[in-house]
Amino acid sequence: MMIKRLRKQDAIFLLISFVVFAVFQFLISERILSSFWRLNIAVICLNIILASSLNLINGITGQFSLGHAGFMAVGAYVSAVCTMFFHLPFICSILAGAAAAGVLGFCIGVPTLHLQGDYLAIATLGMGEIIRITILNIPQIGGASGMSGIPTETTFTWLFFCMIVTLFVLKNIINSNQGRACLSVRENDIAASAMGINTTEFKVFAFTVASIFAGLAGGLFSHYFGIAHPSSFTFMRSFDIMTMVVLGGLGSLSGSIIGAVILTFIAAVMQSYPEYRMIVYALLLIILMLYRPNGICGDKELVNVILGRFKKGGKNDGTVAENK
Amino acid sequence: MPMLQLEDINVYYGAIHALKGITLSVEEGQIVSLIGANGAGKTTTLRTISGLLRSKTGGITFFDKPLQKKSAEYIVCSGISHCPEGRRIFANMTVSENLEMGAFTRKDKKEVAATLKTVYEHFPRLKERMFQMAGTLSGGEQQMLAMGRALMSKPKLLLLDEPSMGLAPLLVKEIFTIIKEIHEIGTTVLLVEQNARMALSISDYAYVLETGKISLQGEARALSESEDVKKAYLGG
Repeated sequence: MMIKRLRKQDAIFLLISFVVFAVFQFLISERILSSFWRLNIAVICLNIILASSLNLINGITGQFSLGHAGFMAVGAYVSAVCTMFFHLPFICSILAGAAAAGVLGFCIGVPTLHLQGDYLAIATLGMGEIIRITILNIPQIGGASGMSGIPTETTFTWLFFCMIVTLFVLKNIINSNQGRACLSVRENDIAASAMGINTTEFKVFAFTVASIFAGLAGGLFSHYFGIAHPSSFTFMRSFDIMTMVVLGGLGSLSGSIIGAVILTFIAAVMQSYPEYRMIVYALLLIILMLYRPNGICGDKELVNVILGRFKKGGKNDGTVAENK
Repeated sequence: MPMLQLEDINVYYGAIHALKGITLSVEEGQIVSLIGANGAGKTTTLRTISGLLRSKTGGITFFDKPLQKKSAEYIVCSGISHCPEGRRIFANMTVSENLEMGAFTRKDKKEVAATLKTVYEHFPRLKERMFQMAGTLSGGEQQMLAMGRALMSKPKLLLLDEPSMGLAPLLVKEIFTIIKEIHEIGTTVLLVEQNARMALSISDYAYVLETGKISLQGEARALSESEDVKKAYLGG
């Protein structure tokens, strides 16, 4: 009956996202929202893609990666090059960007994922910077002044659609056999390999999938703003994404959504006082560590918690009865 | 021909020579135990068999097939299951999810379901706690879960590493009863234990490890009566 429950969840999820989409689409097309908030809604969508994909590495598989902005940069630049130099249609260049980031993720993942914990964090951090510095030193794609004049083809509809696809794919991966294997790597990698799970294979798998979605977000990013600039992809961005994942809860997709929305919203409100933004972030994280050390959602999904409450009368363990 | 044969196994942790030319064999249908003091190399031996560590020399054969240099995955698929030391359950997964992970290498869902049923028969306690997070189980239940999980791959040979570690005497007895049950349904067991008396009482054959070498071996009954073993491991 597990399958039935999932299908029902999917239906609810799609329904809610459709309603959300309709509401925002209405607000945007009727120009009720100011251009500032329109921009921020787009950023929220991008951040949700980035945070939920990073969650697959950091939350589900338990590997500490700090190089997400690097893959985003690859997606942004490759897709921009595809539209500007090769005049490919928008969707093709976005997919090319995602694929390029995925290939790079795989190539980088194979050697680095033998590392663990801090070492992996350092390696991925360095890798993100290497990607950025490399871009900075290629004059054909603008070098330090970045690429401008990229056709702004990303609309809210595109962003929202890509976000839903991302969440859907990630959700299905997490609930699949592969997702379980990734989880077991996080829980205990010695036991996982004793069970015959090739731990490196699943780490690389998670890393590659997450890179693909980071590349997708990058492509959408450069085609939304019309520019791609190396300074948009510094390690501070990786750190921002990481904060969203930790705030929402490592291992919870709904947590990543909540984290991305809250932090983007705070960043938007604090726009005029950028020097205080980091203070608010830090305070938020300190409060979180004191009162909810596992993040807002822990490693549970919001839907499960609500359904679990509903069915079991307030038992907050997130395990909905799985009748078999 | 023995089921599992280790021939001149040398394992190093960096510069430390942990196993110094171990040669041992396990006959099908027996319970064989490895006993010895801390740091003798018991766990290292098991980890080398299950492919988590590599030997520099020699060879391991299982039903005449070489296992040397094969992946842990291949070794699980060929019928050896390792129940690691210190239980190492997946704490944030439910009991049933933990058990399902044990059958990760098996593709036939129906057969897996049948195995799950037999595992629940051996460990009724686990069935009661099916949907509970594994981390909330008691120590003894976690040990049962780790053993159940290892049985989920339907092994011909089960490697058990210190199943009695940190358990109350009554629970140790229960665990050993279950080991005997598992053995009776046709699983060969290679048991690593510090509790030498318990281990020898259920084994057919035993090896005594001392700082990386096999110092004594023989029928378990004979060993438990030998003066040397009595003095060193059975407390007089």
